[in-house]
Amino acid sequence: MQSTSHAFKDNAHGALADERLQKALGKMKVGFQDKRTRAVARLPEFDTLRDQSRDIKNHVLEHLDLYLERFEANVIANGGKVHWCRTPGEARDAIVEICRSVDARIVTKGKSMIAEEIELNDHLEKNGLEPVETDLGEYIIQLRKEAPSHIIAPAVHLNKEDVAESFMKAHDKLDPNRSLEEPRALVNEAREMLRQKFLAADVGITGANFLIAETGSTVIVTNEGNGDLTQTLPKIHIVLASLEKIVPTLEDATTILRVLARSATGQEFSSYTTFSTGPRRPGDLDGPEQFHVVLLDNGRTAMLGTEFQEMLRCIRCGACMNHCPVYGAVGGHAYGWVYPGPMGSVLTPGLIGVQEAGHLPNASTFCGKCESVCPMRIPLPKMMRHWREREYEKKMSPQAFRNGLGIWAWFAKRPDMYRLGSRIAMGVLGMLGRRKGKFRSLPLAGGWTDWRDMPAPEGKTFHQLWAERQQGKASTGAATTASSSSDRKAA
Amino acid sequence: MSEARTQILTSIRRSLKRDSASPEMVSTVENRLKAHARNLVPQRSNLSPSDRIDLFVSMATEVAATVERLPNLSRVPHAVADYLASQNLPAEVKVAPDPQLATIPWDKRPTLTVTTGRAADRDLTSVTAAFSAIAETGTLMMLSGPEHPTTLNMMPDTHIVVLRADQVVGSYEDGWDAVRRRDKEMPRTVNFITGPSRTGDIEQTLQLGAHGPRRLHILLIDGPSV
Repeated sequence: MQSTSHAFKDNAHGALADERLQKALGKMKVGFQDKRTRAVARLPEFDTLRDQSRDIKNHVLEHLDLYLERFEANVIANGGKVHWCRTPGEARDAIVEICRSVDARIVTKGKSMIAEEIELNDHLEKNGLEPVETDLGEYIIQLRKEAPSHIIAPAVHLNKEDVAESFMKAHDKLDPNRSLEEPRALVNEAREMLRQKFLAADVGITGANFLIAETGSTVIVTNEGNGDLTQTLPKIHIVLASLEKIVPTLEDATTILRVLARSATGQEFSSYTTFSTGPRRPGDLDGPEQFHVVLLDNGRTAMLGTEFQEMLRCIRCGACMNHCPVYGAVGGHAYGWVYPGPMGSVLTPGLIGVQEAGHLPNASTFCGKCESVCPMRIPLPKMMRHWREREYEKKMSPQAFRNGLGIWAWFAKRPDMYRLGSRIAMGVLGMLGRRKGKFRSLPLAGGWTDWRDMPAPEGKTFHQLWAERQQGKASTGAATTASSSSDRKAA
Repeated sequence: MSEARTQILTSIRRSLKRDSASPEMVSTVENRLKAHARNLVPQRSNLSPSDRIDLFVSMATEVAATVERLPNLSRVPHAVADYLASQNLPAEVKVAPDPQLATIPWDKRPTLTVTTGRAADRDLTSVTAAFSAIAETGTLMMLSGPEHPTTLNMMPDTHIVVLRADQVVGSYEDGWDAVRRRDKEMPRTVNFITGPSRTGDIEQTLQLGAHGPRRLHILLIDGPSV
């Protein structure tokens, strides 16, 4: 998709003012956070499983070439084919060529973020194919010609009225007076419409949550069962996956599966976890006749060996965005490209460049919640800081920001000047704001005062208060817990 | 060998600051792939056989599957017919061409229409045989093959699964061990099924039966034979 990441600030302003979006986002806490908390509490081994999952992926990344070669050999041994693709263009061409080889017309698709990354649907349409998204959320946004706003819940920004409106418009052969008020009715209607597409499809494309070197298998995880119908009914199954999805063995995939669903939706296990190995076997009554894996790099091998390598452990569970205060306020579309939230803020500059996506690593409060819930223990805040450093080094941040930072740095390196300067500034501001106790506007601080009042300082600087506090402690000797807590109240 | 393949592998090695892997690295990888070593397996399912079965039943029920325990396979026709009647569903089933299911005396319920084969669009109810079941999360493990068409697991509105109590294992790892013990190649499809199909894509409200079965009914057979 065309990125609008450079316009993050405008996107975010629009999102904050959008009442319908805010209503939809309001449901995320109960929907995701509370469920995850309960699921984690039920599994005492959860944190150890996170450590082991991290270690599995670290091991894989250090031996990535060996595991990919082994994976390919096993796919071939099972009668499938691997297509190595450096760029989105190569992946799109490989897929279109496979579709052409059987004169395909209808292509059903399971949910795949890589397909979004390479803008596959547009390309299929341009080549005379009809791509049909079959995950309910993806189907809804395909009808609306929107991009997903969340990596596991693509239509989380919509309310049921929005969906009903889209179905009325798209399913124009059905009774226009039917009732679509209940979510149940919407799900039933989508099931009916899509079942016909599943049966008519010539090619089915799915993503992959894992690729398994030991067996040459690919794995998908769904709740709807759409991925299974996508890959079982057509003549050809194409798996579209980025190369860091690989794990060594069935046991390794199993370990990471234990943290995946719990982190994503708070489920113990998703409804359908499916391991696919090659095309149908002799005597099988169903299953695809051909099995292709389109393996995409698109910038990932270049992240290896850099300070962003750990990002390649990501299993796309969405926990970081489900718990992010910034994502919760502005939703996924504001981020402007395929991957929103904290993982997107780290990955997007890596894939489309920090020039385009430099705002994203800055759109963080650094509260650290994302890292604390990440099942793969990816240090997301640290990596956002790395991007900020690169942005600064490349002189890409705005001049006013750089000047301000320069002035602050000059003082910060001279502690006496810093103390003196802040004492004078606080004193002056304290005097000016004495009457109202706050400022409606301040020169050079419009970024703050345009949106909220600035409280007037009440006299002393932090340094002064801290020094007094330390002195007080020294004079009373070893402070007990009780007295130090009463100190705090007095302060 | 394609040019892209060579370039991707070269790029990986360059990023990892090495040429092709050392013999030690190759043997590390080979050994890991052969060993099938388990990582941490949660204690939850480390139970006696009868407690393990109880855990399976309670976990499966939690995700909206229904479980009925039967003394032996000869009860299956009655259980299926009665279940369909209780759900107001037509007395028709498409049964997997599985040798064990073939021993079921279907003629005990003459009103039940039984056909075998893969699923077609009009099939409302399927009956299939599980390969194994995982107590840890109430999960069924289904392997594809000539006797087990995958479409029966996914297409009909109602999926009835016949599972023997001695097939219930504790963990997924136990399930993988059972797959390897068959001493055959990996089947085309391994389905782990945990409850009926569902979606939360509309306002995060749970709806069953998105694309796969709306109902998952498990017949748990305590005795080994008919």
